[in-house]
Amino acid sequence: MTERLLEVRDLHTHFPIVSRLLRRRLGSVRAVDGVDLALAAGEVLGIVGESGSGKTTTGKTILKLIEPTSGSIIFEGRDITRLRARAMMPLRRRMQIIFQDPMSSLNPRMTVGRILAAPFEIHGIARGAECRDRVAELLRLVGLPAEAAQRYPHEFSGGQRQRVGIARALALRPRLIIADEPVSALDVSIQAQIMNLLARLQRELGLTYILISHNLGVVSHICDRVAVMYLGRIVENAPREALFFDPKHPYTEALLAAVPSPEPGLHHRRALLGGDAPSPANPPRGCAFHPRCPRAMPRCAEEAPSLITLRGGHQVACHLHTA
Amino acid sequence: MTLAAPVLRVDDLQVRFRIPGGELRAVDGVSFELRHGETLGLVGESGSGKTMTALALLRLLESPPAEVQAGTAMFDGRDLLRLPEREMADLRGSRLSMVFQEPMTSLNPIMSIGRQIDEPLIRHLGLTPRAARARTQDLLATVGIPRPAQAAALYPHMLSGGMRQRAMIAIALACRPAVLVADEPTTALDVTIQAQILELLEQLQRDMGTAILLITHDLAVIAETAHRVAVMYAGRIVETGPVETLFAAPLHPYTRGLLRSIPRIVRNPAPELPEIPGVVPAPGELPAGCAFAPRCAFADETCRRVRPDLKVFTGGRQAACWKPRHD
Repeated sequence: MTERLLEVRDLHTHFPIVSRLLRRRLGSVRAVDGVDLALAAGEVLGIVGESGSGKTTTGKTILKLIEPTSGSIIFEGRDITRLRARAMMPLRRRMQIIFQDPMSSLNPRMTVGRILAAPFEIHGIARGAECRDRVAELLRLVGLPAEAAQRYPHEFSGGQRQRVGIARALALRPRLIIADEPVSALDVSIQAQIMNLLARLQRELGLTYILISHNLGVVSHICDRVAVMYLGRIVENAPREALFFDPKHPYTEALLAAVPSPEPGLHHRRALLGGDAPSPANPPRGCAFHPRCPRAMPRCAEEAPSLITLRGGHQVACHLHTA
Repeated sequence: MTLAAPVLRVDDLQVRFRIPGGELRAVDGVSFELRHGETLGLVGESGSGKTMTALALLRLLESPPAEVQAGTAMFDGRDLLRLPEREMADLRGSRLSMVFQEPMTSLNPIMSIGRQIDEPLIRHLGLTPRAARARTQDLLATVGIPRPAQAAALYPHMLSGGMRQRAMIAIALACRPAVLVADEPTTALDVTIQAQILELLEQLQRDMGTAILLITHDLAVIAETAHRVAVMYAGRIVETGPVETLFAAPLHPYTRGLLRSIPRIVRNPAPELPEIPGVVPAPGELPAGCAFAPRCAFADETCRRVRPDLKVFTGGRQAACWKPRHD
């Protein structure tokens, strides 16, 4: 029986829409609107979705970089939902984040050596020569030369900077890493290097990942399970192969059909969906996807489907399916 | 496809950037042809020179620091690179149009969408304001913007990203251009919206016969949209040919490496993706021989010393490599 590292129950993160003129709350953007997730230790979960789907807010809320509105987050068996910053401090060592653009998250005035030494100093783990050894070990782990410690972030290419971002996330030996679009800003020829590095580190260090990405190809290569989000909710969550080759939700089908294929003439991209995703400030009644859904029924406009579990741990929130 | 005369023929285009203490070769001898009704995909990574090529053709490079040092770009019997600015301005937006990645930065934020489409119709086609308004509504409907009459009154910030890109395409195609330069037209869009926009471009091309120069880093977009492809690396075209054969059997190790490193959705992915080692060289730090040699598994002394030129292969293909098709 593998350990359940993370469990998220009915998580909501709403942002108020405030009118400055009227000094009044006009409503709220329901960025995360009832998300349930469970993650076993050593598992890699992908969260995919288009812009506005709430995938990034979900990741940041799990790490409590954004305070949840309601619901619960249980990490290593402990409910951390209402923990204050001070109580979160020791837990921060065990849950880390990797961002899309490391340049905006690395201090440009600090050498890479100082950037990587900071976690050890802040948490009082190592200083002086021992700290330098740890930094050198981190650089080796992510495939950077030891001299990198003396250089500044701007002296590195995008791929190398992402290696620094990964090294920093790994410094305190975390168990859970949330990687938010870790390869999206990189050139095609560099993406594979960073994906392979993430996969190798996961295997060697027994890490648990949540990989947030809009790129279905990237997710299909690293993840054990994949959750698809639409307007703040998970509409489908299934083992990798089931999700990509036997999708149950019409949105997942449309998303997969829209992905262009690098084989000319083999499969032709199809735009199954018309229109845009609605605003999370004003989601449609019933199933949020029903106005764009090619298979919508009268019931879909009335009643939001809940996430049910089918055979093989395949979860879907759609009235076309019954448990 | 018939081999009609090219509508655009670029020969030996060279763009340099003056920098303190020297110059950078951003585009170094790029040549290609674009025929009526055809899409040529220009693919490359950041710094490959693909966008510089487009901006040079449209004469939108800021000079200085950029300078077109050599080359010709024949369009309608005239060389775009030597056309007086006034004539160039007449061509831009009429016979020769463009769509960029982020429509928000190329649309005028304080002018309604409708007026931005009216303008080229009045200016280039000599339509009356009234006739232009009617034509604008047709165009908005053509690019799939719902309720065109109301939409014409909207300002860019009131539209979603996908709708803004549709509006940009409506402006670009208003005068039925012979050539459309589309630089990463779907990169900022979600994948379901990207599919809509690519279908729209294909349909408009069928209807108008517009030749499209499609610039992108995304090989999958090229595979599904382009007829021919030119792969750029470090300012040069390293391989070009019809999409089917180039993707099926790439000649250049860089093309092959790029194609292999794409994470494809397959049932049993290999635990590791094939990588191209190393990094894209900075324009100021190009090696002496083949620019790809430091990253190439097959490179030898010749590759490191002598830069290969494009050589012609069968089937309308070309590759700049001393060791092509080296499996």
